[in-house]
Amino acid sequence: MHDEQPPAASDGEESSAAERSRVLGADQIRRALTRIAHEILESGHGADDLVLLGIPHRGVPLAERLAEQIARAEGDDRPLDQLAGSLDITMYRDDLRHNPTRAPSPTRIPRDGIDGRTVVLVDDVLYSGRTIRAALDALGAIGRPAAVRLAVLVDRGHRQLPIRADHVGKNLPTSRSERVHVQLTETDGTDAVDIVRPGPGPAAAGEVRA
Amino acid sequence: MRHFISIADLDRAEAIAVLATAEHMAETQSRSIRKLPTLVGATVVNLFFEDSTRTRISFEAAAKRLSADVINFSAKGSSVSKGESLKDTALTLQAMGADAVVVRSGSSGAAHLLAHSGWIDQPIVNAGDGAHEHPTQAMLDAFTLRRHLRPGDRTGGLDGIHVVIVGDVLHSRVARSNVLLLTLLGARVTLVAPPALVPVGVSAWPCEILYDLDEALATGPDAVMMLRVQRERMVGGGFFPTEGEYSRRYGLTTVRAASLPAHSIVLHPGPMIRGFEIAGDVADSPRSVIVEQVASGVFVRMAVLYHLLATDAWEAPREN
Repeated sequence: MHDEQPPAASDGEESSAAERSRVLGADQIRRALTRIAHEILESGHGADDLVLLGIPHRGVPLAERLAEQIARAEGDDRPLDQLAGSLDITMYRDDLRHNPTRAPSPTRIPRDGIDGRTVVLVDDVLYSGRTIRAALDALGAIGRPAAVRLAVLVDRGHRQLPIRADHVGKNLPTSRSERVHVQLTETDGTDAVDIVRPGPGPAAAGEVRA
Repeated sequence: MRHFISIADLDRAEAIAVLATAEHMAETQSRSIRKLPTLVGATVVNLFFEDSTRTRISFEAAAKRLSADVINFSAKGSSVSKGESLKDTALTLQAMGADAVVVRSGSSGAAHLLAHSGWIDQPIVNAGDGAHEHPTQAMLDAFTLRRHLRPGDRTGGLDGIHVVIVGDVLHSRVARSNVLLLTLLGARVTLVAPPALVPVGVSAWPCEILYDLDEALATGPDAVMMLRVQRERMVGGGFFPTEGEYSRRYGLTTVRAASLPAHSIVLHPGPMIRGFEIAGDVADSPRSVIVEQVASGVFVRMAVLYHLLATDAWEAPREN
């Protein structure tokens, strides 16, 4: 999800009073993804009709990692870009007019399209559910999948829409004032999930966006 | 960006950001459903004081693909032909709840006046003002040039590209906007025109001026952009001796087009007069990207409307 992770560069802005604790390390992230990959396969569809679509930015490398694991588990030798892609949702957000203009990211749909196939949406953090609503709208403009499932690395609760994840790496109870900070090797140079609690004082200006 | 009035207001990063968004828009337009919900609920007014079909339709298509509502207001048969001032027209549009105004006018500076007069608070897009600027046309030309001459490059400029712009530079807002934008993006621009169709003060423009088309084409440009001779603005005549002579000296004939390097492309902002500034078979040749420019126009205008309207920074911040 876009909202929970300002670019790593903003770390320096956090007040020194903010308290950061590690929730998942690199090994735990790897194990969670392995489990999710197997869950996706066991959910009954095999790999043939699967399409994994990552939601930029951090959903995209997660979808690629899942695709890699699924292909390995199934002995599938299709190129990975036929199994995984990306789905930009910028144009479908319902809060565009309240935030600075975002530069859209590319959408890459595997060549065979999504019609009649099972699409697994992949994102790093599930929070309000609004990103996923936008992703469902974006999918509708591209085709008509047989089914859509949702895999997330972290579910932090506080849903604002009737949306749930089918595959969750880690359920993470949080308060709204906390921030979940996901870092991935591909985008941030390291694999980690942290919770950042605002320190006393003015605090957590970045958190209020839903 | 608050308004989109002039290329001179942009820096290189902003220009490239608009081109990048236009690439994204182009990608969405190959989907089975091309309409995006991005600007649902917004109203875009096309305020056209001057005849224009393709620019108005292009803006209308762009706004509709983004789900905005479009109101077309053309001067003919409107209150403007009854003597209403620009100010009163602007106040009327403001009162009707326009969220953005796309304005085309025969008067240079009309868009700037609307944007900065205080009559209207909404973003203004310049769709051509007199002989001043036509910034979205320059953006779509740059977009088309980059797609052909730097294929696959979605983040760069036009560095090292040489573009020759030929014809009625004097009356051409397209030429002025293109000189500014293409040089901002790193291209080299050569203008070619009869001496009487070169504007005063052109020596201050960041480009080279030639009066001989064959001399310019001999340098092997990457792209040639032909301009329409704007007869409707040539009151009194005397700009060139005869049509035949203009066409012989400044028209892109089949022979001249054949002398271009194999990779060179030919552009024309339209509407074109076949057989006058450009030969019909050059306009239909594989190196012509004239029809593609029209498609690019919709993508670029979607991008401009997105950048102006999809954010509302001056609105009170939302509570959550």
